[in-house]
Amino acid sequence: MTTKRVFPSEFPRPLPGTEFWPFWEACRRRELRIQRCLECGELRHHPRPYCPGCRSRRFEWALMSGRARVVSWTICHPPVLPAFADRVPYQAIVVELEEGPFLVSNLIGCELDDLAFDLPVQVCFVDIDDELTVPQFEVIPRP
Amino acid sequence: MSAGLRDRAAIVGIGQTAFGRNLGRSELDLACEAIMAACADAGVPVGSIDGLVSYDIEQVAAWHLGSTLGLDGLRFFCGTPSGGGGVASTVGLATMAVATGAAEHVICFRSRNRSKAASYGPGHNQGGRPWEKTTSGLADLRQFHHPFGIAAPVQEMALIARRHMGVFGTRAEHFGMQAVAQRHHASLNPAAIMRAPLTLDDWASSRMIADPIRLPDCSLENDGAVAVLVTSAERARDLRQPPAYVLGAAQGYHTIHTELADTFARSGLFGGPSTIGGRAIAERLFGMAGVGPGDVDAAMIFDHFTMAVPLTLEQYGFCPMGEGGPFIATGATRWPEGRLPVNTHGGSNGEAFVHGFNHLPEAVRQVRGTAVNQVEGCEIVFVNGAITDTHGAVLLRC
Repeated sequence: MTTKRVFPSEFPRPLPGTEFWPFWEACRRRELRIQRCLECGELRHHPRPYCPGCRSRRFEWALMSGRARVVSWTICHPPVLPAFADRVPYQAIVVELEEGPFLVSNLIGCELDDLAFDLPVQVCFVDIDDELTVPQFEVIPRP
Repeated sequence: MSAGLRDRAAIVGIGQTAFGRNLGRSELDLACEAIMAACADAGVPVGSIDGLVSYDIEQVAAWHLGSTLGLDGLRFFCGTPSGGGGVASTVGLATMAVATGAAEHVICFRSRNRSKAASYGPGHNQGGRPWEKTTSGLADLRQFHHPFGIAAPVQEMALIARRHMGVFGTRAEHFGMQAVAQRHHASLNPAAIMRAPLTLDDWASSRMIADPIRLPDCSLENDGAVAVLVTSAERARDLRQPPAYVLGAAQGYHTIHTELADTFARSGLFGGPSTIGGRAIAERLFGMAGVGPGDVDAAMIFDHFTMAVPLTLEQYGFCPMGEGGPFIATGATRWPEGRLPVNTHGGSNGEAFVHGFNHLPEAVRQVRGTAVNQVEGCEIVFVNGAITDTHGAVLLRC
């Protein structure tokens, strides 16, 4: 996939200041951080104010290793969001992090034909502009 | 399990507008036509409607129906969670209303003006595709999909479908076979938008939208409205049509496809131990009805995309987990020869997409014995809302 920059104003971007924003602030620091319950230790993504396992409101933004495996993918053709129109067909993936949670993302530097279940991947970070960094994944070469 | 709502209510009237692209009429206009048609079908005066149930994303407000149709006797209002999850749940809620005496003549309806060319209404859900109207500054959970190019439901469903393929060996052709079966049904249905038959070769050479989902797997983008009238079992016996009794009704929580991380972690769609969603609803539904999946003669399965059909067949026990694809491949879902014809009106890729609501009148026609693609000896019909959402299901019987 090319990582061609798109016009920033039309890139779908999160609104700063919500309860989700610490995720994006961490990405800006090139860290993948996921909510972890401080009572029972359960990891949860998407972020939410209570633990669905034990209902505790206490949590931390836990640093993830960034290692994951591809558990699903799609190849998107038109119609797509305007910000992605110039890159069709493009892929999107769902990964399962080593620590358990799942994430929607994209794979960098991977041919569409090479998409496969259980592909080992590692997080990397792509700056969309001076304000937004998105977590993406790269294939870990098999030893 | 308790008999609960079993046989307490019936659908006694069905109504629908023409289905088409850019009908040039507002959603209120279409809703009124469908509601009046349902009342006429039942032989119940429009003015005696005293309850309204709709999806909570419905754009036609109860007070606008009240002021337009003169529904001065309204005394019960209710909505269902999510979008396509709401189909069958509306009938369950109406059943509760008439069983408790909260209302006597309850209308459940859905009206959509969603053609790309349509421009009625400034609302997010009116005219065209809501996801295309995304602006920057996402304050909600779309921020975990859209920056990765995942925005349209078809893209989310593709990620769910692919996972199903990975876990169970389901093939994209299985979705295609369901698309072909439904378009076969639609080709025989004068009310259907897509009358031209489709072959599996046509499907295989059709446009890819979000791999593995192709254009014929997708629901249509059209305008139309559908309504059904629910009343008590006692009142139903006095009316014009043979009642379609509500044999069972159940709802349940499920993760939503717009929060895919959660769907993958918690939904149980892929065979895990989850106690939420379809399998849990099935237990309540069949428990209440006192019948099993094997007793069902036809199924109207919510099919925003045909990949939903195998997942639903599995979750509701019409086939074992992971065997939804092969079940379709045997021809089981195809009318007339299949052992469980699915979406005999042509479904959402053939008849029309009214957020699944057109599945309800088809289920009623099947138990009345008046469907164009009538299942012989049809006694019990299953209808559900979107398997990928919080949803509900009902069983209707003659």
